[in-house]
Amino acid sequence: MTDTLTAPPSLTLIDQLESESIHIIREVVAEFERPVLLFSGGKDSVVVLHLAAKAFWPARIPFSLLHVDTGHNFPEVLDFRDATAERFGIPLAVARVQDYIDDGRLSERADGTRNPLQTVPLLDAIEAGRHDAVFGGARRDEDKARAKERILSLRDGFGQWDPRNQRPELWSLYNGRHTPGQHVRAFPISNWTELDIWRYIEREQIELPPLYYAHERDVFARDGMWRAIGPVSPADRGETVEKRLVRYRTVGDMSCTGAVESDARDAAAVVREVAASTLSERGATRADDRISEAAMEDRKRQGYF
Amino acid sequence: MTLQLDDDTRAAAPGERATTRGTLFRFATAGSVDDGKSTLVGRLLHDSKAILADHLDAVERTSRERGFGGEAGGLDLALLTDGLRAEREQGITIDVAYRYFATDARSFILADCPGHVQYTRNMVTGATTADAVVLLVDARNGVLEQTRRHLAVISLLRVPHVIVAINKIDLIGFDADRVREVTEELVAVTGELGIRDLHVVPVCAVDGDNVAERSPRTPWYHGPALLELLESLPTGDQVEALAELRLPVQLVLRPQGALAPGLDAAEYRDYRSAAGRIASGTVAVGDRVSVHPGGATSVVTRIDVAGRSVEVAAAPQSAAVSLADDLDLARGALIGTAGTLPEPQSTLTAEVFWLDASRGLPGARLLLKWGTATVQARLTAIAGRRDLTTLQVVPADALEVNDIGHVTLQLAEALPVEPYAVNRHTGAFLLIDPQSGATLAAGIVS
Repeated sequence: MTDTLTAPPSLTLIDQLESESIHIIREVVAEFERPVLLFSGGKDSVVVLHLAAKAFWPARIPFSLLHVDTGHNFPEVLDFRDATAERFGIPLAVARVQDYIDDGRLSERADGTRNPLQTVPLLDAIEAGRHDAVFGGARRDEDKARAKERILSLRDGFGQWDPRNQRPELWSLYNGRHTPGQHVRAFPISNWTELDIWRYIEREQIELPPLYYAHERDVFARDGMWRAIGPVSPADRGETVEKRLVRYRTVGDMSCTGAVESDARDAAAVVREVAASTLSERGATRADDRISEAAMEDRKRQGYF
Repeated sequence: MTLQLDDDTRAAAPGERATTRGTLFRFATAGSVDDGKSTLVGRLLHDSKAILADHLDAVERTSRERGFGGEAGGLDLALLTDGLRAEREQGITIDVAYRYFATDARSFILADCPGHVQYTRNMVTGATTADAVVLLVDARNGVLEQTRRHLAVISLLRVPHVIVAINKIDLIGFDADRVREVTEELVAVTGELGIRDLHVVPVCAVDGDNVAERSPRTPWYHGPALLELLESLPTGDQVEALAELRLPVQLVLRPQGALAPGLDAAEYRDYRSAAGRIASGTVAVGDRVSVHPGGATSVVTRIDVAGRSVEVAAAPQSAAVSLADDLDLARGALIGTAGTLPEPQSTLTAEVFWLDASRGLPGARLLLKWGTATVQARLTAIAGRRDLTTLQVVPADALEVNDIGHVTLQLAEALPVEPYAVNRHTGAFLLIDPQSGATLAAGIVS
């Protein structure tokens, strides 16, 4: 045979993941009336925002942002969140757990962590915004409950996930049909790992809150993690506060998110560090996921994302 | 002609990490109950160093607590794939779980499909996106009825590669003759089913023989270890990129009035582009294309991929394509190489994998989702259902969960579908319940 085949462009792993995510984001925007992106300023939601910008380029991202503020967020992440929304020119709504605690709709938990308290304000905000689709930056490699959730996950009027009643997801045909009161959670980066996220941040030079990179911070050791000293995370008696070179692998509720010792000052260094890491990001940095083997599953079934 | 596709054609740039140049390979695992699938998956993850220390600690802890792990105090690797609390409490596996691991050559997405309950539904879910299926067979039992059924589903869904791991070869004393016997059975069954790409690997998942590395205990086996095979088989995308262009239009990008920040309004005043993921084939600037609906042809004037202008794009890239003429482009349209789009059809004959507990009855009004188009459809006739043991089509009045039915569908709008055997994307569809929104069936065009 003398035919020459036009060689298709050779796609890297990151190219393939990017292409899949853009497809999912476009499907949701095409099929739903009022999508919204849960945006905390954390690396995963920043990557979803970056992918959305690419999906609709040269048009503006056609949906808004929503953040459930636990009141325990790192101030530098909140500053980054606001600056990023402004840079992309899209509206940001903030639901505050503190408002719910102040007027008695929610009460503080004995352990002081506020991650589980996000669910009620989240569901209220989804209802108030009449959102029929909610994008989230969850990844299946994070947790075994997430490993079983669909890319498009149907939630009932209470936001609950029913793992026994999920729609089969076939080829790349996503079925987003829902009845009034139901909504869909959409996870465009389901198939990305922590390492993929960092490689993409490196390749695309995506800006992140500074605490993802090595910096000096006053910390104390608890549960095998370095915890930042702060208004919601004081050191107990007997816990020594010291200055360490640390960075955060995940950013969430300050009262249960730990830092890791690191000298990775840029994305390339973080890629090397994550590739060599022997601990999972949640195992290394989230006290709330250590409560029980099924902590995430339980939260998701109650409407968490 | 056999196409020899080199899997790793792009040379690594100096200093580039091995893992960044690897391709993505998706595979599904399936097996009957007690074939040792969980152990094999655990072994694959463990031996490719995909298990992080905190997860391994949890497995060690649970192995000890449950008294597993044998006399050596080893690990019950099956625990690595242990699922949700809901499953542990009921001792069942609900459905497909996705796992991720990488070697220097490739990154893998593994769809772990439970074997027992609703095997067809799970197998279909895992197989539609898979480049390969790894099917387990117990060396002592050989090909069982369920093995046959799994292979039938794999064959109908045209999974590019089929790997059968003959497991528990320690329990047959690493007997080459027995492995040869089972292999012959497999060759016979896959031959009947029309499966062309069969690979057989004898393994002992518990000890890791021929899983990540070739085993010294099987000197009579000269093939690759399972992981070597997974690292070297061509991906489905590499094959599909060589087919005719098919680009289902997801939406039309028209930035007027809503331009992304920082862009020059004058430059993009007339920008109009059809956005979609290329299902098959390649598209280049200057190519002549046809568009469904209407069948008009035009020329590609511009291609953007993820915000960058390019000369050529291929499956499975998400792209945005501008045409020279102002054609009727909207969601549901299909762009193809000029002159190659099939005549739109409003009557389809298809095989449908029934996935829902509600029965499929003749006359049912449904929604059919094909590419980016959703149209009303009617299940006009059920010609029969496939008996997966004999593979014959037997009469049926209704379709039940896990049935594979031969049906005729009447569509409210004609669609340029193609046989699934020709194109895995334009030959596939979903049937959806218009009331509940549930996915009732996965369909493939005959």
